[in-house]
Amino acid sequence: MSLLTMIAKMSEGFGRTCAIFFLTLIFSLPLGMIVALLRMSKNKVVSAVTRFFISVLRGTPLMLQLLAVTYGPYYLFGISVSRNKLIPVVVAFSINYAAYFAEIYRGGIESISPGQYEAAKVLGYTKVQTFMRIILPQVVKRIMPSVTNEVVTLVKDTSIAFTVSYQEMFTIGKQIANSQTSFVPFVVAGVFYFVFNAIVDFVMGRIEKKLDYYK
Amino acid sequence: MILELKNIKKAFPYRNCEEKGITDHKDGDVNQVLKDISISVDAGEIVSIIGPSGSGKSTLLRCATGLETPDSGEIIYADGVKFGLVFQNFNLFPHMSVLDNVSDAPIRVAKKDKKAARQEALKWLDKMGLGDRGAAYPCELSGGQQQRVAIARALAMDPEILFFDEPTSALDPELTGEVLKVIKSLADLHIAMVIVTHEMAFAQDISDRVIFMDGGLIVDEGTPGEVFESANPRTQAFLGRYKSGNW
Ligand SMILES: Nc1ncnc2c1ncn2[C@@H]1O[C@H](COP(=O)(O)OP(=O)(O)OP(=O)(O)O)[C@@H](O)[C@H]1O
Ligand SMILES: [Mg+2]
Repeated sequence: MSLLTMIAKMSEGFGRTCAIFFLTLIFSLPLGMIVALLRMSKNKVVSAVTRFFISVLRGTPLMLQLLAVTYGPYYLFGISVSRNKLIPVVVAFSINYAAYFAEIYRGGIESISPGQYEAAKVLGYTKVQTFMRIILPQVVKRIMPSVTNEVVTLVKDTSIAFTVSYQEMFTIGKQIANSQTSFVPFVVAGVFYFVFNAIVDFVMGRIEKKLDYYK
Repeated sequence: MILELKNIKKAFPYRNCEEKGITDHKDGDVNQVLKDISISVDAGEIVSIIGPSGSGKSTLLRCATGLETPDSGEIIYADGVKFGLVFQNFNLFPHMSVLDNVSDAPIRVAKKDKKAARQEALKWLDKMGLGDRGAAYPCELSGGQQQRVAIARALAMDPEILFFDEPTSALDPELTGEVLKVIKSLADLHIAMVIVTHEMAFAQDISDRVIFMDGGLIVDEGTPGEVFESANPRTQAFLGRYKSGNW
């Protein structure tokens, strides 16, 4: 198999890699905020339960969570494993990344000085207005570097989808590598991820720069 | 009368870090910060609150502005009276331009027309000597300028009473004057002001009434002349330290 054929075949999987990447971000970024707010809830039970789930999600391998989401329903309830593996992959990834984002958000929210809330309160802002207009914009700026880290990790983590044979780029690359007894597909995959992350770095850098208008 | 505070009491659990080592507090011991404070403020009146560190001045302002809930007592604002608060460390919104800092609450909270609110904000900034800094961000301003923006922000909500909690304590001495000057310039707006300050000359100069607090109680109260010449030994001791410049 020529190098070009390999690249062409793997490129087909690249669309699916992108699907995992973008869908995971779309779901986990907001879900993480909900989890963070539950984690900071004044209700002790709510915050303790949330804290427990976060620690499980961060303390066990994503691969294991992916297997559990994909095959768990079959073993537990006899529900047949869905043909389209994109669904369990995105579900598992979104939940896992939401846990990480939640902790990043929480750190960001807790780093805002109480004086900001007090100033807003005396001026008469509602709680929702205070959060949306005063707190959140400052949090976004502060957490950008940590979020970038997670996003870069996510690019590489998409390859974990091979454990459930979802035909994303790495899975295809691995299949070619096996059938051709060649190491080349792995090199190609490496270059793919590297270029992908270079783009991610560039985009995140632009966003950080945009937020650089104040200290 | 636009504000009446009646028999305000407030206690805090002891903070472990600072109070520890001074005395051994038993579990459940509380720090009775405000013991029984009653104050009334008339429209347009300028009241200074002075007193040693820890006497409860900030706590009193925080109770009056709803940032703390008193354990007992009443806080009564006359109908429709709005208040503002200027903090020691400004608490400007760093992600908003100076103009937005001043005009955002009038627009979002008071639901004023956007254009009118911005014009009014500019007017207040102008009064603070910052008419040309509307586009700047707080981090680009000196402490004195930031505090003047904070004053403009409070004024833009049309308060009838404005509280100041040591508005110049976070400033370098050379910036203190400019802030005290603009506060003084507000006197003719007929907005009542309650000013916690360690600037004794300023308090003496600007106030209609001076309140001396110590240990969670009002120890002395009267015109600047009365309080600064008071025969009360605690007032004398406190002011004596100030007069000798020995802080
Ligand atoms: N949230 C809080 N929790 C516990 N203790 C508090 C709290 N706020 C204030 N205190 C305590 O209450 C006492 C009075 O504090 P307060 O800030 O009202 O004094 P102050 O007169 O404003 O002093 P300063 O001149 O230093 O600003 C202090 O002993 C302080 O440690
Ligand atoms: Mg104080």
